[in-house]
Amino acid sequence: MAADWRSFKPVLIPDIPNLDDIDVYIKNGGYEALKKVLSDDWTTKSVIEEVKAANIRGRGGAGFNAGLKWSFMPEPDGGPRYLACNGDESEPGTFKDRMLFEYNPHLFIEGSLIAAYAMQCSTIYVYIRGEYIDWIKMMDSALNQAYEKGFIGENILGSGFSVNFYTHPGAGAYICGEETSMLESLEGKRGYPRVKPPFPAQKGLWGRPTTINNIETLANVPLVINNGADWFKNIGAENHPGPILYGISGHVNQPGVYELPSGVPVLDLIDEVAGGVKNGKKLKAVIPGGSSTPVLRADQLDGVSMDSNSLREAGSMLGTAGLVVIDEDTDMIDLLWRIAHFYHHESCGQCTPCRDGTGWLEKILLKIKNGEGEVKDLDLLLDLTTQMEGRTICALADAAAWPVRHTINRFRDEFEARCKKSVHAIA
Amino acid sequence: MKYEFTEDELKQIEVIKARYPEARPATLPVLWIAQNKFGHVEPDVQKLVARTLGLPEAHVHGVAEFYTQYYKKEQGKFVLDVCTCLSCQICGGYDILHYLEDKLGIKHGETTKDKMFTIQQVECLGACGYAPMMQITNGVYVNHLTREKVDKVIHGLKNGEMPEFEPMEMRKVKPQEN
Repeated sequence: MAADWRSFKPVLIPDIPNLDDIDVYIKNGGYEALKKVLSDDWTTKSVIEEVKAANIRGRGGAGFNAGLKWSFMPEPDGGPRYLACNGDESEPGTFKDRMLFEYNPHLFIEGSLIAAYAMQCSTIYVYIRGEYIDWIKMMDSALNQAYEKGFIGENILGSGFSVNFYTHPGAGAYICGEETSMLESLEGKRGYPRVKPPFPAQKGLWGRPTTINNIETLANVPLVINNGADWFKNIGAENHPGPILYGISGHVNQPGVYELPSGVPVLDLIDEVAGGVKNGKKLKAVIPGGSSTPVLRADQLDGVSMDSNSLREAGSMLGTAGLVVIDEDTDMIDLLWRIAHFYHHESCGQCTPCRDGTGWLEKILLKIKNGEGEVKDLDLLLDLTTQMEGRTICALADAAAWPVRHTINRFRDEFEARCKKSVHAIA
Repeated sequence: MKYEFTEDELKQIEVIKARYPEARPATLPVLWIAQNKFGHVEPDVQKLVARTLGLPEAHVHGVAEFYTQYYKKEQGKFVLDVCTCLSCQICGGYDILHYLEDKLGIKHGETTKDKMFTIQQVECLGACGYAPMMQITNGVYVNHLTREKVDKVIHGLKNGEMPEFEPMEMRKVKPQEN
């Protein structure tokens, strides 16, 4: 790691009062990055190159290089092109983008405008889950301020570049965080994920080139333009650089969103950052990046840090960096059943392995939870996860399968102890 | 029952439609306008939305059915959405849900006889660091729930007082002493 995380000063949610007000934001250097890229010193290509070099890996969970994603957009043909910002934020354990809507909306707006310029998009939509109605209103008022100052609209700052920017409300559907489902929802339909290819860069909204980025990902863009790709790359873990909004929840004394460099050791986040496990209990496990990322036992956490490589080696993923801390008193069967219930509830029903599989996962886990299960049911569950994974249009089935597989494998004794003794009947 | 939009609402809908290249994308926002006005989007309201946007009724119905936040029938005056998902589950979300159920004498999914309260058990609302929590009628988030706080909120709602907006907590790492 480049520098000790303890000396890091927040840049995404810096400690500046009323930063959500555009005048305060401008006073603190806001919209300078947009002015820069719209000047003659920068071209659309050089913006993409700089962002690609910074290696901002998508903060929505997939971790794909944002600049590289932008470069997949075809050459402009005079027709409309879209940037769709993903503020659906529905993965259990994840609550960090809301922090940007509330405390630093203009950083996200500025980043989106730079992205739209680089890709020559004509319209930006920010899709925000319907439950975040108070934060949709905050974004609407921040967007109005930016329109009034001439940062959005026709011929922005006399550059000849024009773009519109609107919020679009969801209405309660986890699946709409999946990027093609989000496009369907933006088009006013049921949120059924699309078959890929064609990818959104070729055929996105209304069949036109579209790029989808996470809110936090876009908020990093002005920082890269102002400070350079090298500055960004020197923050945190080498393979996954930059600041991260860690959402820490569960059994800790100080839960909440913390901005720190990537690559902070998991145990430091729990003990030092979030004030340790609540009520002096022992740590049992951690879900590192939202409910779909495999749970890690406390004894698997030595030396593991919050970057994609370290977590992969440990047997999990960074996901959305939403950590759920689990204490020694937690019933893992109960926990896993509730996760399975979530994915069953949220499956859109398009693909059979997911629609039926998530239902069976929940049903069998409920049976085990109630003490009615047998050890062979655990193997049935594991078999089911392999029947689901990779066999559907989108990754919801995988997201449902991973926690089941890994929680059973990593807490097998606890699950077996809950099962009835197997009865071997002789045929 | 006959449902209509006012002239002002129709103007607002035109503004929303202008954000998109066609009318259909306005389905979700206009369903929201309808629900905020009528309190639900039962089939006759869905027909109004379809008529207003010039879209097939089946389309609007399909959308309304897909998204959980749209109330397909009349609800209590206050809908209490209690999160019991993951972080809320392990931080006492079910205790809060059951406490509310006992307090109001209904189960989740039901409405009190006086049509005042509906309780719903909901999936993750993205407030995991403030667990356990609930949302009131698709509006304000009420965080860090305890039985005492629930009592206070219910008492307030009975007197027509909506809880105040609670800002997200700005967390800072405490400097280490050495």
